[in-house]
Amino acid sequence: MTKRSDPKIKPSEITPESVFLNRRTLLKGAVAAGLLPTIWPTASEAVTIPANGQFADVKKWDGSTGERVNSYEDITTYNNFYEFGTGKGDPAESAHSLKTSPWSVQVTGAAAKTGTFTLEDILAPHTLEERIYRHRCVEAWSMVVPWDGFPLADLLKRFEPTSQAKFVQFFSLADPRQMPGVRSPVLEWPYREGLTIEEAMHPLTLIAVGLYGKVLPNQNGAPLRTVIPWKYGFKSTKSIVRIHFTDQRPQTSWNMAAPGEYGFYSNVNPEVDHPRWSQASERRLGTGLFSPRIPTLMFNGYTDQVAALYKGLDLRKNY
Amino acid sequence: MTQRWVVVIKVAVWAACLAPWAWLVIRTLGIAGSLGANPQEEILNVCGKTGLNLLMLTLAITPVRRSTGWNRLIAFRRLLGLFAFFYLVLHFLTYALLDLGVARWPTLLEDIAERPYVTVGFTALMLLVPLAATSTQGIQRRLGRNWVKLHRLVYVVGVLGIVHYWWQVKSKADVAEPLLYAVFLALLFAARLLHYRSVHAKAAVPPANQRVEPPQPREKPSH
Repeated sequence: MTKRSDPKIKPSEITPESVFLNRRTLLKGAVAAGLLPTIWPTASEAVTIPANGQFADVKKWDGSTGERVNSYEDITTYNNFYEFGTGKGDPAESAHSLKTSPWSVQVTGAAAKTGTFTLEDILAPHTLEERIYRHRCVEAWSMVVPWDGFPLADLLKRFEPTSQAKFVQFFSLADPRQMPGVRSPVLEWPYREGLTIEEAMHPLTLIAVGLYGKVLPNQNGAPLRTVIPWKYGFKSTKSIVRIHFTDQRPQTSWNMAAPGEYGFYSNVNPEVDHPRWSQASERRLGTGLFSPRIPTLMFNGYTDQVAALYKGLDLRKNY
Repeated sequence: MTQRWVVVIKVAVWAACLAPWAWLVIRTLGIAGSLGANPQEEILNVCGKTGLNLLMLTLAITPVRRSTGWNRLIAFRRLLGLFAFFYLVLHFLTYALLDLGVARWPTLLEDIAERPYVTVGFTALMLLVPLAATSTQGIQRRLGRNWVKLHRLVYVVGVLGIVHYWWQVKSKADVAEPLLYAVFLALLFAARLLHYRSVHAKAAVPPANQRVEPPQPREKPSH
């Protein structure tokens, strides 16, 4: 097994097989009791989900947009999270039934360190940044959101993806007992999304665990979600329970539902319309009843940072 | 039913028809509640849905009147129809003026020409214009049988309205609500078909030009 003989992996980093095989039982019991050593050494200023709901140390990222930030109320009451219903107000109304603790994320596929990791383990070594990003929905509305999170790349690197890892797929929780929307077949459950490894490793791609310095509300994808600011909102995955590294372009829920309307890339692009509506302009929420729409920007205004990812790619074909 | 009761019921129907509009106004002015994060969309949805509901009710009047024999119902058909028109005009104006905005009129024309669901919705609204314009009793009397023929367009409007709704759901599996409207409309069509067939069967070889005419409403509208 090449994985075991890989010289880059120190023997100390290899999880004993007995632990690996019984990892779920062990994690459940031992983590709760605080006995299980984490896969990685815990940093002294470990990120944890604070009991009071307020993150203590959040650094301001210097790339944030200076645009007017949407209100906490707008951001947390107007959501697309079909696991809780298809109405914009449904998630805020019914997401309280989601249990985000304990939480674990399964890591599978083309990586050296696969297995099931507790949320605490996932978050521990990272420091949080506040990043204010534009958020553009494929439905032609947009918001400006102050996320609290850390680059997805920093997390993915810890799993040591192999050269086979050309793509990363993300899965949301799909539990009909906690998520009433999952009981109807509106989409292929569990919700799944995917990125190329370059997109996933891009410094703008974020794992968000909070907004406005507060723990992420359930309706916004607690306890952890991806944020990819140059893509339409549905490309991010909420309430992530599995991360899968693969050499195949992964299936994505909206693409499975309507392949002609929702492509794999789904980069924000004012020149490529949705088959049913224009993407040239957008309604910026929170600007009042009589404010006009604003023009949509290429890559949602992040062209300088991300255009290089798509060099030579026909964005009209690869929508 | 006494004349007084007719007035009471008419007032109640007016109030019920105006309620969704009043609730929008109250929320717009911030007197109570709010229109939420996307006020344009909220107004658009409330007006569109209410318009479609009233259109379906308008279409249901005749079949219900026939099966219950409650002929007074006909007195509300025009009222419901005009309120449907009122909400659908507001629906369109919200889209054209509040959402797109006056400055984006080229986009509006483009949408009407190129986005099938907008084309269908706009066509439905345009078809309603002559119906609303010819809804007074004077014109109704003057047009006679032609009025009945013209107003059959409302069936087309009903179908287009549901298609308009159907074509904008985000996924194919998300059609529960438009499907409900489609089933409702299909039932109304079935009721009318059954009625025509029974009329047809009863009439002993009627003159060809009278065969498919629905019976004229018998009442004199009460005022």
